[in-house]
Amino acid sequence: MSAQKPFIDIRHAKKSFGTLEVLKDINLQVDRGQIVAIIGPSGSGKSTLLRAINDLDPLTGGEIWLEDKQINMDLPHRQYERHINEVRQEIGMVFQHFNLFPHLKVRENVTLAPKMLKGLSDAEANALAEEQLTKVGMIERIDYYPSQLSGGQKQRVAIARALAMKPKVMLFDEATSALDPELVEEVNLVMKQLAEEHMTMIIVTHEMGFAESVCDRVLFMDQGVVVEEGPPEVIFRNPKSERTQNFLRKHLAGQQA
Amino acid sequence: MDYALMQRVFPFFLEAAWITILLSVLTAILGLTCAMLGTAARLSRFRVLRFLGAAYVSVFRGTPALIQLFILYFGGPQIGIQLDAFEAGVIGLGINVGAYMTETMRGAIISVDKGQGEAARTLGMSKWQAMRNVILPQAMRLMIRPLGVNLNTLIKSTALVAAISVVELTYTAQRYIGSTYKPFEMFLIAGLLYMIIIYVVGLGVTWADRKARLN
Repeated sequence: MSAQKPFIDIRHAKKSFGTLEVLKDINLQVDRGQIVAIIGPSGSGKSTLLRAINDLDPLTGGEIWLEDKQINMDLPHRQYERHINEVRQEIGMVFQHFNLFPHLKVRENVTLAPKMLKGLSDAEANALAEEQLTKVGMIERIDYYPSQLSGGQKQRVAIARALAMKPKVMLFDEATSALDPELVEEVNLVMKQLAEEHMTMIIVTHEMGFAESVCDRVLFMDQGVVVEEGPPEVIFRNPKSERTQNFLRKHLAGQQA
Repeated sequence: MDYALMQRVFPFFLEAAWITILLSVLTAILGLTCAMLGTAARLSRFRVLRFLGAAYVSVFRGTPALIQLFILYFGGPQIGIQLDAFEAGVIGLGINVGAYMTETMRGAIISVDKGQGEAARTLGMSKWQAMRNVILPQAMRLMIRPLGVNLNTLIKSTALVAAISVVELTYTAQRYIGSTYKPFEMFLIAGLLYMIIIYVVGLGVTWADRKARLN
């Protein structure tokens, strides 16, 4: 395993907005099938790092590779657009605020991109939507509009929409942060199911319990650097860095309050 | 009030109202076309186009429509643009209202949640595919009402082309005042007909808005 080239390889990632450095030389390697959680206080750069992977927030320095393809290649605009559109098809992303298309029914939310980008026929796309929606337990709501769904249901549809592109990697950007507490579990279950299927995942989260039970590795980020990383039992039970200890203590206190 | 006179001239006003309607329809079509180009320019990734779009909007919203009409109709021949009054009216007002509509359309597009475009792009859609399939359908709903306001203003500003002697409602009223010396009656008829046109158009806008919201 370790001799293998990493599936996702982030090298010396840097990002600044003007004079503000949000990411300071981040390195992260993820193997195929691995599940990595990124935790840290808000403003630590964890979402920015995640969003850099599919170029929503382009890096200002460093390289990101997916298998043998560099994601943030230096290409003329038109060529780069074509390149990034292809790359993004292989990277599913799930947002904190779901971002379902409100003018389309659940079914069309899922079929839109596969039909447009992979040339699937209506029948093929429908079969695909039914398959993915069954998987996330949303098949009964296939003809609903997003506005008729609860937050947890919306997020499960958003996951199905991403999965319909058959991505190699799934990125979760605080997927359960905007949900009412009682709706978190249904989304977590879907993510666990993906974990069991060995989907490669990078998860930005505030849910330490979930991260501990599902992830292979945890990164603690603060002020644009990776302060500490390791297996969840080490990071959560026995963190070396004082910053990690402080963060976890505050976080735990916040949860109990 | 001279009701008999009003009755006698009414058919001629009705004819003139058709000219006002025709003028409004053509101006609206030209305005929407200008606005699509203007919006595309304002949202372009090219700085030059963005500048041209912004310049178009600020020039045509920053000067009186009447002056724009005068420049086109009276000043045009000096630089080789020969238009008859009706053409000058349509083109002048169309370009003018296009500037207002540009801001309406741009406003609707940029007020669609940023996450919508991001979600579309992360699925692999190009900028244009995301615009066409995700952002525009949502922006359309947002722009129907404000475009209706633009349309309302446009219909009323067709009265300006009376000043370059297009025989529409306002000009017709002025002409009959010249021969009857009854400004109160004549302007009342004209005003009433404008109101009817605007009321009907308003109903249409409300209907379109409701229909767009339902699906």
